[in-house]
Amino acid sequence: MTDQRTSSTPAPPRPKSSILSSLGRLAAGNRRALFPLLALVLILLGNWLISPSFFSIRVVEGRMLGSIIDIFNRGAPTVLLAIGMTLVIATKGIDLSVGAVIAICGAVAAVLISTTDLSPYVVMLLSVGAGILCGLWNGILVAIFDIQPFIATLILMVVGRGIAQLITEGQIAVFNNPTLEFIGKGTLFGIPFAIILTAIVFVIVYLFIRRTALGLLIESVGANARASYYAGINARLITLMVYVISGICAAIAGLIITTDIKGADANNAGLWLELDAILAVVIGGTLLSGGRFYLALSVIGALIIQSIQTGIFVSGLPPTFNLIVQAVVILAILFLQSEEFRRPFVRAWNRMRKTA
Amino acid sequence: MRQRVRPFTGRQTGLPYAELVGEKMTVQKNTPLLQTQNLTKRFGSVQALSGVDFNLYPGEVHAVLGENGAGKSTLIKLITGVYRRDAGEILLEGKPIDPQSPHEAQALGISTVYQEINLVPTMSVAENIFLGRQPRRFGFIDMRAANARARALLKTYHLDIDVTRTLSTFSIAVQQIVAIARGVDMSAKILILDEPTASLDAQEVQMLFTVIRALKARGIGILLITHFLDQVYQISDRITVLRNGERVGEHLTAELPKMKLITLMLGRELLSETESSGAERAAVGDAGGAFLRTEGIARRGMLQPIDLSVARGEIVGLAGLLGSGRTETAQLIFGVARSDAGSVQVKGRKVAIGSPRQAVQHGFGMCPEDRKVEGIIADLSVRENIILAMQAKRGWLRALPARKQEEIAQQMIAALHIVTPDSSKPAGELSGGNQQKVILARWLASQPEFLILDEPTRGIDVGAHAEIIHIIKNLCAQGMALLVISSELAEVVDYSHRVVVLRDRQKLTELTGEDISEDNIMRAIAEQ
Amino acid sequence: MRSHKLFLSALLVLVLAFTSVLFVAHAQDASGAGLTIGFAQVGSESAWRTAFSDAVKAEAEARGINLLFSDGQQKQENQIAALRSFIAQGVDGIILAPVVETGWDDVLQEAADNSIPVVVVDRNVTADESLFVTRVSSDFVHEGRLAAAWLVQATAGKCDIVELQGTVGSSAALDRQQGFNEVIALFTDMQIIASQSGDFTRTNGKEVMESFLNSIDPATICAVWAHNDDMLIGAIEAMKEAGIDPGQDILTISVDAIPDIFKAMMDGDANATVELSPNMGGPAFDAIVAAINGETLPRWIPVAGGIYFPDTAAEEYARRGGQ
Repeated sequence: MTDQRTSSTPAPPRPKSSILSSLGRLAAGNRRALFPLLALVLILLGNWLISPSFFSIRVVEGRMLGSIIDIFNRGAPTVLLAIGMTLVIATKGIDLSVGAVIAICGAVAAVLISTTDLSPYVVMLLSVGAGILCGLWNGILVAIFDIQPFIATLILMVVGRGIAQLITEGQIAVFNNPTLEFIGKGTLFGIPFAIILTAIVFVIVYLFIRRTALGLLIESVGANARASYYAGINARLITLMVYVISGICAAIAGLIITTDIKGADANNAGLWLELDAILAVVIGGTLLSGGRFYLALSVIGALIIQSIQTGIFVSGLPPTFNLIVQAVVILAILFLQSEEFRRPFVRAWNRMRKTA
Repeated sequence: MRQRVRPFTGRQTGLPYAELVGEKMTVQKNTPLLQTQNLTKRFGSVQALSGVDFNLYPGEVHAVLGENGAGKSTLIKLITGVYRRDAGEILLEGKPIDPQSPHEAQALGISTVYQEINLVPTMSVAENIFLGRQPRRFGFIDMRAANARARALLKTYHLDIDVTRTLSTFSIAVQQIVAIARGVDMSAKILILDEPTASLDAQEVQMLFTVIRALKARGIGILLITHFLDQVYQISDRITVLRNGERVGEHLTAELPKMKLITLMLGRELLSETESSGAERAAVGDAGGAFLRTEGIARRGMLQPIDLSVARGEIVGLAGLLGSGRTETAQLIFGVARSDAGSVQVKGRKVAIGSPRQAVQHGFGMCPEDRKVEGIIADLSVRENIILAMQAKRGWLRALPARKQEEIAQQMIAALHIVTPDSSKPAGELSGGNQQKVILARWLASQPEFLILDEPTRGIDVGAHAEIIHIIKNLCAQGMALLVISSELAEVVDYSHRVVVLRDRQKLTELTGEDISEDNIMRAIAEQ
Repeated sequence: MRSHKLFLSALLVLVLAFTSVLFVAHAQDASGAGLTIGFAQVGSESAWRTAFSDAVKAEAEARGINLLFSDGQQKQENQIAALRSFIAQGVDGIILAPVVETGWDDVLQEAADNSIPVVVVDRNVTADESLFVTRVSSDFVHEGRLAAAWLVQATAGKCDIVELQGTVGSSAALDRQQGFNEVIALFTDMQIIASQSGDFTRTNGKEVMESFLNSIDPATICAVWAHNDDMLIGAIEAMKEAGIDPGQDILTISVDAIPDIFKAMMDGDANATVELSPNMGGPAFDAIVAAINGETLPRWIPVAGGIYFPDTAAEEYARRGGQ
């Protein structure tokens, strides 16, 4: 038990107390961010111990190379999915279809660019358009037909890969188009463009939901849908919008993954990535039961997952251990975040302080 | 009505218990079953409980009363291990205890039944009673034995029901008794009842009281929290009054006059709210024209066709028993349910309202009956809760700037006397009365022309009650049209310019002017 | 009218039955001409699978075999249903490319009860050996050996290799690794300096190669050995982005011989690929004919693929339908 009555000074005047309480709020906010950030730092440190060159960056032909760049570059699709997934989860929903949407949008882009004369920019727009359609489909099932999000998005998760296979005719649809490839392979100021694109998407989504009232309304609908309805909020529109945003994020992730290897692999593109995205959101502290969400912390969550992955790659550990190491590290992070798990340690610490 | 009360002085709290109670004490005076000494708890800058002594004797019903924020919830949460105390002692049968969770408290013999019953509504009654401790046979759950035992157990509560049926199919009263039966069966020396009667009708309350009396006879100590003063006098043996986290008195119920009790709770004299001048009523007429007029709106299985009008600066009361169609009327007007007949006019123009969103666009607002489910958004801050309807009205694209939000929130917090350390506190952490004020603030911020209030004073302590009625009258004076639903007839009579009486989902009559009285309303309801 | 039709179809069935009895009664000529053979294929999940189906169909047509083709859409129940329908139609033999290894006993027993020889191709089944004639499949171990043998030749037995493994636990990955390692173990200066799974996909192949290039000095890497072409194609992208000339600075060797790897060879980015032969139709048909003729067969008939180099890349690319 922390002793909160240490200040024996007379009661502080009113303005001071409001400063104190706002400081308290800041600390509380930071505490939320503390554990994901701490976990990321610990994992990066661990990686550095395993591979001393982990943080070193080389520049080859105007392109930055290095493990730390890899984390951001390889993590970009998961980060994008996590951004969309955070909003969906905040409305008490879930979007299992994003992996399949990646496959569809990648297939659309690859097939259009290799079989038509469309400009690559039009192809990008059409690919994102496919993502919007997928999001609308999910959103309509959830918001209009009141189907459980888990089931509604499961449909597209299962059917989506089939659709992608139909589009690519079961092959890996390869293409050659420098403009389109720039998304996944290009660099800007030496930084892989996928990283910059992801950062732009994050900023746009962040401004879009925080500069408009969308963020508040999403949290309101997620925390108490019925009360939000009584308050006159158009919950259907809000729900529809989050699934569309998730679809757009998945489409951009699909473009990155597809242009990165100059081919759309309907079977494997984005496979199981929806689970990584959900995990990233959970690590970031957004509850699956909806309500408050933390966009930036979801991004940290996604980077944590990628750091583990990249760390395993540079470690030289036999691949048979990959999944076990991932599971153990993630479990450790979730334990770190669990107040119940920390409580005995915190108590022991306080006892030590008291006796000291 | 008015009564002079000796001003209350803090010194009296210091008097030892025996002195206060005198020799007339009837309950056992030996070791208390449960005792708290100097119990203290602080949340940030708020002193929730300071140095509270509390004694519960076997076989007594001990009511803990106080305004919102007086410390009632904190007291039971400390006793049941939800919160850790900062200082003080809890003694169970003279031995200090330190429960770390409600589960541990239960194991020690302290059972709690909350207002929102903590059972699983989708499971059967028997499953609920034995949840987590099912009788087993060969390692499997023996449902037959569980059913038989549940039936036998509920028999002792004079409850003869089909225990295999889903819990949610029974009335709240039955669910309440099932929860009590479960708690007591799991080992209870002490039963804590938190607002057990809040959603029960009169008959159900008596049913519950029969159970409470039976438990009392078995020597169980019962700690009761309620806002219904009449019920306190009906069932309790002793009363502890808390105010601002301190104990201001412990009295035998029989020796504490109602007025004295209210004075203790408020620390001031009650505002005279039950008088209303006929002149005030006469002032409102059809001069302003009706803001809202419904003609025969109805919905099958929900409400018979109803005609209703509300003018600017007028309060129309909806009176009737529980289930008479009061809430249903409000829901049809506000678009929560779509009417399948009739029409609605706003300011003389016919409108179609199919959802609360459309209602809000027409300048409506509604504080719903079920504050927790339909009103407050517990996770969001007080500020966000307050600006929510206004924001919804503006649409998602036009966000209110943070500074403006804070300004409105502070205005409302000040105007409605919302007790909160700051506007960023999650609304769910406020007391019931303050939550109600936050919802009221939400609608006032949206600047409605017409406000529907469904049971605005239910489950709220005396002080907040008076304040809310004061606010209602003020809004009316400022020209708002109001439709108010309340189970408390005295209240309806007090502020209404017109009273629409409902029975069996049908409008019976409309009382105006001098005809408005409790007698007349009851007569209307009783008429064949 | 209707009775006419009925009569005609009855006659047709009789004639068919009679002729098939005739065929069975007489020893088959080696090509299997005139036989009716059912082929239960897994599905069409990959380009290689499609090539495999096409090769079997082409082989059947060349031999004059009446092939009943069934696409199982990667579902065992579809395949079992297909087998039952083949049995009901009284086919002369069945080729089964099973989607999974287990659960075939009952339906194989039904085929055996009807004296229909079954040849298992590609993946294995775990059923009693008496229930099927033989298994025709690629020899993954051999593929690994072939790849290693080429690399030994190309580097004069001195090479530090990075390995892109297939999906952990898959037989293709395990066996190719085993075959490759068997060979390089014979040369003291050949060793695998890094190994990680790329899950047989291009994306993961690229990601793993990137991490190798970051954690190992690229100048010390002599060759990349990928368990399939897709991972290598991903790795080629990674090498190019890191300013390395694949095929030149770092040698490449992989397995499968998909069209895109020939494209890479044409561009000078890849050095060699070992073919995972889709031509299992011929040996399978031969096995069925042999079984009908009562000959005993080995339990496993491996199909060896060749190794391909840039010199024939353009030709192979065109032949394999690359655009």
